[in-house]
Amino acid sequence: MKPAPFAYVRPECLDDAIGVLEEHGEEAKVLAGGQSLMATLNMRLSAPAVLVDIGSVPGLAGIEEVGGGLRIGAMTRHAEVEASDLVRSQAPLIASAMPHIAHPAVRNRGTFGGSIALADPAAELPACALALGARMTIAGNGGTRTVDADAFFRGLYETALGPGEVLTAMDVPGIGAGWTSGFMELARRHGDYAIIGLAAHVEADGGKFGRGRLVFFGAGERPVSAVRSAALLEGERWSDALGDRIADSLREELDPPEDLNADAAMRRHLAGVLARRVLAPLAG
Amino acid sequence: MQRTVEIGLRVNGEKAIRRIEARMNLVDFLREELGLTGSHVGCEHGVCGACTVRVDGRIVRGCLMLAAQAEGADVWTIEGLSDTGEIRDLQEAFVARNALQCGYCTPGMLLTLAELRERNPAASRQEVREFISGNYCRCTGYEAIVDAFEMARASEGGPS
Repeated sequence: MKPAPFAYVRPECLDDAIGVLEEHGEEAKVLAGGQSLMATLNMRLSAPAVLVDIGSVPGLAGIEEVGGGLRIGAMTRHAEVEASDLVRSQAPLIASAMPHIAHPAVRNRGTFGGSIALADPAAELPACALALGARMTIAGNGGTRTVDADAFFRGLYETALGPGEVLTAMDVPGIGAGWTSGFMELARRHGDYAIIGLAAHVEADGGKFGRGRLVFFGAGERPVSAVRSAALLEGERWSDALGDRIADSLREELDPPEDLNADAAMRRHLAGVLARRVLAPLAG
Repeated sequence: MQRTVEIGLRVNGEKAIRRIEARMNLVDFLREELGLTGSHVGCEHGVCGACTVRVDGRIVRGCLMLAAQAEGADVWTIEGLSDTGEIRDLQEAFVARNALQCGYCTPGMLLTLAELRERNPAASRQEVREFISGNYCRCTGYEAIVDAFEMARASEGGPS
């Protein structure tokens, strides 16, 4: 199908973009890479009156080291993140998630910030953001503010972004000594949204696990951090028995949705499968 | 604010300037405004890859990009790549290996494979399959398409 008619503006600076967004409120939508938005427009699942294309706003793209961590600009294309040596060394979790995002042609165009701001509950990057304790920078009329990933993802496609606000960057803390990460997802076809996936970021020093986060996607209305199950790791070495305990715990802790791909029981089961596959190699 | 927008871009090396509806996507622009019907329209939501075109050196989904977003861009379609001869060997290999039946996916496949061989010329069969996983072919089962990629590579004396 074709999109419903809309007006289109391409502001040349952030202030102008925020101005247009404020003026039109809920009627306006930000267009970044468009790889999700265009599909919903084509299917008329969404029909905004105004599209605000931030593709010409300077300063929103790029990857840099800031304060011991990594700053990824919202308009940085997935393909650039995927190819980045900085991301591979400073945020290996994100590097390992990138190939799972759709297909090459979509990654050439889709943006890092677009995926975060859309907050699809089955998407890879929001889960990575939560696992890494990332922080979002949001620009609005009154200046900029920052929001931690925990508070940013609020619900189904719902974030801390208000009307008239633009996500400009995400900051990932530097990877701590002894921390490691693993990423895996299960999908029927490569490039599909995951039935369920796991972004794990854990301490694993000298063969023993420490603190960490196990964040599942496709497991709820937003990325889900399985706090109780992750706590079982502390002070433990990997063993099949530990894998069983974590799988049992996940079955209790997660409350995943049902759809045509999998019912809730299957997703609970697959969460344990993923936890075993991801965690076993991390303990070294 | 207007629902139409004037855009200027280069398509297959030639300048094009048009006033279009803001909601027009790039592949419809190429087909309907410029008559370049080699890029096909399949699913219109970014799944099938039939509309794959090259924008500023990289393949994109023609249905997931507004023509308005291509302002100032350098766009190449199957027509242009055929004329320059850049993918002649791939095209000949497609014919030789029966890598198409109905041909609907073929322009998108060729654009995608052209990018693959630039980025990863030594791609294994598995990597070829992975790279074209966003381009659906309902005729060939993909095997012959991977064969054609390897055949074109062998004919240019590269790694096989």
